[in-house]
Order: sequence, then structure tokens, then C-alpha cells
Amino acid sequence: MQVALFIPCYIDQLYPRVGMATLEILERRGCDVVFPSAQTCCGQPMSNTGCASDAKPLAERFLEIFAPYQYVVCPSGSCVSMVRRHYDEFLEGRPGFEELKGKTFELCEFLVDVLKVDSWNGAYPHKVGLHSSCHGLRELGMGKPSERVGPAFNKPQRLLEMLDQIELVKPQRPDECCGFGGTFAVAEEAVSCMMGGDRLRDHLSAGAEVLTAADMSCLMHLQGLAKRKEMPLQIKHIAEILNESEAKS
Amino acid sequence: MKAAQHPEEAAKFVANDARAHWHDQALWFVREKRDRMAVSLPEWEELRNTASQIKLHTVSRMADYLEEFERNATKLGAVVHWAKDADEHNQIVLSLLQKIGAKHIVKSKSMLTEECHLNPFLQEHGIEVVDTDLGERIVQLRDEAPSHIVLPAIHIKKEEVSETFHEHLHTEAGNNDPNYLTEAARNHLREKFVAADAGITGVNFAIAETGGLVVCTNEGNADLGVSLPKLHIACLGIEKLVPKAADLSVFLRLLARSATGQPITTYSSHFHGPRPGGELHIILVDNGRSNLMGSSQFRNSLKCIRCGACMNTCPVYRRSGGHSYGTTVPGPIGSILAPSRDSKQHKSLPFACTLCGSCTDVCPVKIDLHHELLEWRGEIRKRGQLPMSKTVPMKLTSWMMQSPWLFRFVGAVGRWFLRHLPRWAIYHGLNPWGKQREMPEAPKQSFRELYQIHESKKASDE
Repeated sequence: MQVALFIPCYIDQLYPRVGMATLEILERRGCDVVFPSAQTCCGQPMSNTGCASDAKPLAERFLEIFAPYQYVVCPSGSCVSMVRRHYDEFLEGRPGFEELKGKTFELCEFLVDVLKVDSWNGAYPHKVGLHSSCHGLRELGMGKPSERVGPAFNKPQRLLEMLDQIELVKPQRPDECCGFGGTFAVAEEAVSCMMGGDRLRDHLSAGAEVLTAADMSCLMHLQGLAKRKEMPLQIKHIAEILNESEAKS
Repeated sequence: MKAAQHPEEAAKFVANDARAHWHDQALWFVREKRDRMAVSLPEWEELRNTASQIKLHTVSRMADYLEEFERNATKLGAVVHWAKDADEHNQIVLSLLQKIGAKHIVKSKSMLTEECHLNPFLQEHGIEVVDTDLGERIVQLRDEAPSHIVLPAIHIKKEEVSETFHEHLHTEAGNNDPNYLTEAARNHLREKFVAADAGITGVNFAIAETGGLVVCTNEGNADLGVSLPKLHIACLGIEKLVPKAADLSVFLRLLARSATGQPITTYSSHFHGPRPGGELHIILVDNGRSNLMGSSQFRNSLKCIRCGACMNTCPVYRRSGGHSYGTTVPGPIGSILAPSRDSKQHKSLPFACTLCGSCTDVCPVKIDLHHELLEWRGEIRKRGQLPMSKTVPMKLTSWMMQSPWLFRFVGAVGRWFLRHLPRWAIYHGLNPWGKQREMPEAPKQSFRELYQIHESKKASDE
């Protein structure tokens, strides 16, 4: 199975270990993984700021770069939701676009839905808080949001639950936004930081030692806050936890 | 005068940490009640779908249904008036009141009359208007605007209510007992009900098929307000229309559950024509709504039944307070409606949102709120109302990202600076990220560099 890695720009530059964890997880499952080096950014920051004309050339580049591959996998729900839910505006009707939407997956989704992973060979003896990042949760449907009525499910949680000795903690507010929101984090700094602080305290009071999510952007914001406040909380992308536990076993 | 923008107003609210957290908790409590009530109906999502379809259908045939409503309401003996905007609405109300020489008015909760600024208008013409919803009366006595469409005084603590009542209603100073304060308000309002010359109500649902109106209150104040005086004026925005009486079975179940987490509002009062010997005047108000009808991007927002659930769930609203939006309807739905009236003045509102999507999932009529907010951002950019502080960086980033080598170069330089610059050169007034947060630690190698090493190792292993 051929997989093209879609590594978001900020992960490429600031969190390469998240990209490497993703790569190793997929390779261990026998995927033929490649990283198309022409990729840069999916255009989400521009699109979310209202600057569609600045996002469009990036969407076009994305299609060109990733169209040839069988699957596209990315360790970020938010960037995948940009492709799957917001690229229509730029690419509707272009050859290969519908296919691209159908074959672009967030990592946890890919593991659960495509590779049908139902067990994980590894242990993680820590108390872990899972932050359900909004775009993965609500735009990609990786779990049931707390507002909706219906059977509960959560794909990242399902993966974590496969690990031995892990203890998932329960925050009071299961899926409240962390306050990152892209440029919101800067434009509405005050509310953004209050939201992030609240999220961290909720997980800390639930007993979390490690906070994880399927989106590094939320974690970048939460980590910045936790570090400044010297909170006793490790912050790790879910790919790192999955990879570490498996590599050790 | 430069209109206040959301980030500045929100920062002021957040600066009082204890108060902002108290506000957040109060609304989260309502959101949790709503969750419990929604879950108690296994058919909840089906109800939402049905409500959404009824409303979309109504909007698509709005003109027909409005005429049908007018015909049927007139048959029942009501007088129907049409107002294209707030001014026309206020003039109609004034002329109806002047015709009978009314001086004292009681008004049940109506966000439409807030939107039209009816109270100050009538007061300028020597008419006393008393808001009879308890929360609205509190904000009225304090000379404030409601901060929430369902819970107008949610931003006010009981100690403050006690002070306000002590000043205006001469209650005992320092007595913060909610029962005592409510009793005082009740006695005060009773005098106003008895002395009123006319009663004004808002409307939750207007039924085309019957020409009837439904007003939902928890305090019964709408009924009290229109039971004694001969004149009842009902003011409604045209989006309050539903086609059939049977549709109420869907909406009444959704409304209270979404709004306050009650199975149904305490009083759902139905008005079918004037009471014997009385007069019922119905004012149908457009005030910008038909602009939305013609817009494929924002038409969905006309489905809104004003339950306030999007405000209760919105993590930004909860922490920044309703007044930070500077509009009659705050929160997610208000941030869509306000720019449709004046996008220049309200240009910051569609950005007062992390696009978390909780509003969309909570909305009982399935308005895709966060997508409409995103649409509004694009619209504001197109209208040239986005500040250069946003447009220029986006243009530059886009330009850089179109060239992989430039991205690699800028990334490497940026990481080098992040590792080597002294703290003061990174954390300063021009870096809002660093005010309360640390910057990410910059690694020596990017992913693409590590990937290259990984690939060469793989090749040499083989």
C-alpha cells in the first residue's frame, strides 16, 4: 500500500519528531511511505482568515503534488479537514480532486478505517488526557461530539485504549475547544489563552500526566501555556505515544 | 466614532479572571442541562433534521407563507402591519399607542424590539415602557442592554441585582436572597401590569395556516401583559414564520431544551386573534432579513429560532460576555446576522470564533454556523474591510509557500533565530503569542531533513 505523507508546514519545521513517528508507524505496518518534498502548506491559515485568493494556489499545488498517490496520510485533523471540507471552493471539478478527497486521511482515521487496526502491540504506563481537537472531531467526524445524540465513539481514543497499562483520564468538559483557532490565537490573544488555560486545568484536575491530541497545532498552543505556567504536564502528539509504545515492545 | 471591536472588548472582560470564569461556568451549566435534555430524546437528531427542513422550506416560500399568515390573522380579527426596517416598526408602534393615548406600556421579552431600539424611541415620545421579563427588567433598571437573548441578565451577579433593586425598588440593602429579590420584582411588576395601557410582546412562532401566534415565556409575563389592557401589539421578525400548527410539535420540543434545558417552556401562549373587546396588532418586520433570503451563503441563518444554544456552547462567548459583541444578538448567530446589516462596523465578529464547530452541532435547526462565519470572513476580505495587519502577512505567507526552497530557507532561518536570539528579542510587545505562552522549541533539523537521513539509511541497509 502506497502512502504519501502530508506533513503540515509547522510540523515539518517545529515538530519533526511527530512526522517521524507517523512515518515509523506506517512503515511498521508495511506501507510504502513517501514524502513528496514539493509540499509546503495546505493554505488553511489564509483560508481561515478570509483570504481565499491566497489559499487557492496552495490548494492547486496540493492537488498536483498528491494526486498520483494511492493514499495521503497526515498527522493533523485540521489540515485534513482543509482538504476534505474546504478545498471544493478552489478545486471543484478539477480532474483527480474528488479522488484526492476520498484518499486523504488523518493518521488515526487511516489506522482505524483503512488499515483496520484492532490491537496495538505496546504499553504506555501513564495517565493520559486526550484533547479531542475540534476539526478532527467535528469536521472529519473522528468521534461523536458531546452536543450530538447517538452512539459514542472516538477513533483516537479507541487507538489509545489498545495500549497496555494506559490510564485515560476524564476531563469535566469532554471536547471543549482549546482556543488555538489559527490566527485567533494571536488576534484574540486574551480569550485564546483563557481557553487554553481552562483546558489544561481541566485535564490536570482529572489527573493527566500526559496530554495528547491528534492535532499538533492545539498542542503547540497548550504546550506554550503549560510551559510558561510550569505545569507538571507532558505534551505529546498521539503519533508519538503510539510509536513510542510500539517501538519499545 | 470608531466602533469597538471584539478583541479589545473581550480582553477587558477576560481581564477580570474571576468574573469571566464565573460567567463561563454559569453558561456551561445551562449547556450541560441542555445535553441531558437532548439525550433524553433518542429522536433528537431526527427532530433537528425535520426542523431544519421545515425552516428551509419556509424560507424558500417566504412570500407565500407571509401572505397566507396575513390572510388568516386578518380573518381572526387581528390587524397586520408590515415594516421594512426598524424606523417603520417603531413608527407603527408609536402611532398605535398614540391613537389610544397610551402612556404606560408593559413589554414581554422581544429581541426584535431591542434590535429596533424601541424602548428609547418610545421614551423620547413620553411613553413609559417596562420590560416584564425578570432578567430584562434587571438590565433595564441598570440601563444596560441584554447580554444574551434568552438569559438577558446572565452577566449580572445576584449581589448586583440586590444593589440595583435596593436603589430602584427600595429593597433591603445587602439582602441577596434570590427568593426575596424575585418576590420584590414580582410585586413591583404587578403594579405595572395593572396600570398598563397596552401590552407589547415578541413572538416565537407565527403560524401561516392559522394566523395564530405563539409566545414562549417562563414567567407568564407575556400573558399577564396582554390580559388587562385592550391593546396587544405583537412584533415579529418575518423569520418567525412556520407553515402549519403541527410544526409546533417539532419546534416547541426543540426550543426549550436547546435554550435552557427544560423539556418545554413553562408558558407556551397561543394567540388567535384579539381577545373579546380587545385589539391585536401584528407587526411583521423585515429589517434586513430579506437580504439574507436572497443569499445562498447566509440564507441558513434565517432558520434561527433564537434559542441561544449557540451562545451557551460557544467557548468564546462564554469567556468574553455578550456585551463584547456590541450587537443585540451576540454570539455565533449574532456574528452572522450583524455583518449582514453593516459588515464594516461588525467586521471583527466573524473572527471572534475558533471555528470549533460546537455551535453547528448544538443548533436545533442545523444552521452551519461556523461555516457561515468562515464565509463571512471571505466576504469581509472581498469588501476590502480586512485590516492590512491580516491581508499582508497572508499574501506573503502564500507567496513563500508556493516555493518549497523559499519555505525551507525561511524555516531554517526562523528556527536558527528562535534558538539563538536572546529572550528579550523574541518576547516583546509585538509578539502576542509570547505574552502568556512560550514559543515552540525550534529543532535543529526539519522533518524533511530527518526524512532524507531516514531514506539514505534505508537505501544503505538494502
